[in-house]
Amino acid sequence: MTAAQEPEQYTFDFHKETAQILGGASDDLKVKIGDFAGPLDLLLFLIRQERADIFDIPIARITEKYLEYIRLMKRLDISVAADFLVMAATLIEIKSRMLLPRDPSATEEEEFDDPRQELVDRLLEYEKFKTAAGMLYERSTIEQAVFTRGPIESDDNNAEIDASVFDLLTVFQKIAARHIEEIKMEIHREEISLADMIKSLKRRIFEQAELSMTAFFEEMHSKRELVTAFIAVLEIVRTESIRMVQSSTFGDIVLRKIEPQRG
Amino acid sequence: MDLEVEEKRSRPLNELVALVEALIFVADEPIGAKVLAEVLEENKESVQAAVEELAREYESRESGLQIREIAGGWQIATRTELHEEVRKFLKTRPSAKLSLASLETLAVIAYKQPVTVPEILEIRGVQSASAIKTLLDKRLIVAKGRKETVGRPMQYGTSKDFLVQFGLKDLSELPSIEDFEDLVT
Repeated sequence: MTAAQEPEQYTFDFHKETAQILGGASDDLKVKIGDFAGPLDLLLFLIRQERADIFDIPIARITEKYLEYIRLMKRLDISVAADFLVMAATLIEIKSRMLLPRDPSATEEEEFDDPRQELVDRLLEYEKFKTAAGMLYERSTIEQAVFTRGPIESDDNNAEIDASVFDLLTVFQKIAARHIEEIKMEIHREEISLADMIKSLKRRIFEQAELSMTAFFEEMHSKRELVTAFIAVLEIVRTESIRMVQSSTFGDIVLRKIEPQRG
Repeated sequence: MDLEVEEKRSRPLNELVALVEALIFVADEPIGAKVLAEVLEENKESVQAAVEELAREYESRESGLQIREIAGGWQIATRTELHEEVRKFLKTRPSAKLSLASLETLAVIAYKQPVTVPEILEIRGVQSASAIKTLLDKRLIVAKGRKETVGRPMQYGTSKDFLVQFGLKDLSELPSIEDFEDLVT
């Protein structure tokens, strides 16, 4: 790594929309509002903007800049996330601890106990992941320049015939729930046998080419008829060239005649 | 009898190359040596050799396609250099990029997995709830059970889609997080 390459890595700009504080012009400060990914991100930005050494952060100056930015965000009616305020409090606390005179009786070891240490550790740890995020960004950019072929239609990915027994049960339950009232009133029964039910269902599908299952179940007058209708549907799909089609998840299931394959 | 089951076919290399090419082509997802070997009743080593030969062939004739090793399998894809024309034909634009916050959250999850929301907060210094939701929606991360600690927080890890979308063979292909340290200081 030569020194010339160093700034290149430092100004790692993988997110072009990164927020920036632009000086001058009409107002005292102009802000290009993007997103600082968080308070640590903002802090790193300020440290760099001030050309400060991360291992020797001029805490008073950085705190001032940080608060300036927060005030600016508030003035522009940007809601300031609580985490930014927590960091502001941390900075102020470190700043005040820096102002305290050192304990003259402190041993050398204790003197090394810099109030900024924890913050620096966090910043360095965070920056590693920020750089890793940049690496991921680059990888995904490369990945977007590579194309695989579109999916081949197969039974697995054809959503049309993806109605499972559970989908059927869901439809059945919906209808059954609506019938609760009527079932209470049930006095006499009109019995319809399974065979008759299958016959009439088959006739209707072949006449109309397709039949909405919801509509079919709706016509049933009693729970008993509903059950018969349900079994008839299962039976007919199993034995006849009829299939169930559901075009969207939780959508209506339609019974459709399978057209004979053409040469 | 066991021996018979164990017995593998051994086709000539050119035949096997053609077969693996066909299978990789039709597979919806990157297809691994294990599956190829099972389907073709060959051993994994010959399948591996055939795919390598296929990749060499593509390379040597400067094909518009390439064999890529992704998410523990192989896929056939167009070459990076051709993206402009391909995109023009498909009429697609590069899909929306993840936000800075989402990328950072994803980086933390990729390197620290399985990792909980409080642990992510500690590193990023900011709530990551919406980023986590975005990543879950995009299926880049998955819940990996709860951590046996106070509050039993949910742990997250990266998914297979993550490997596919970021062109990684496996997680070990990610550069070590400590390598980024050198760049920082």
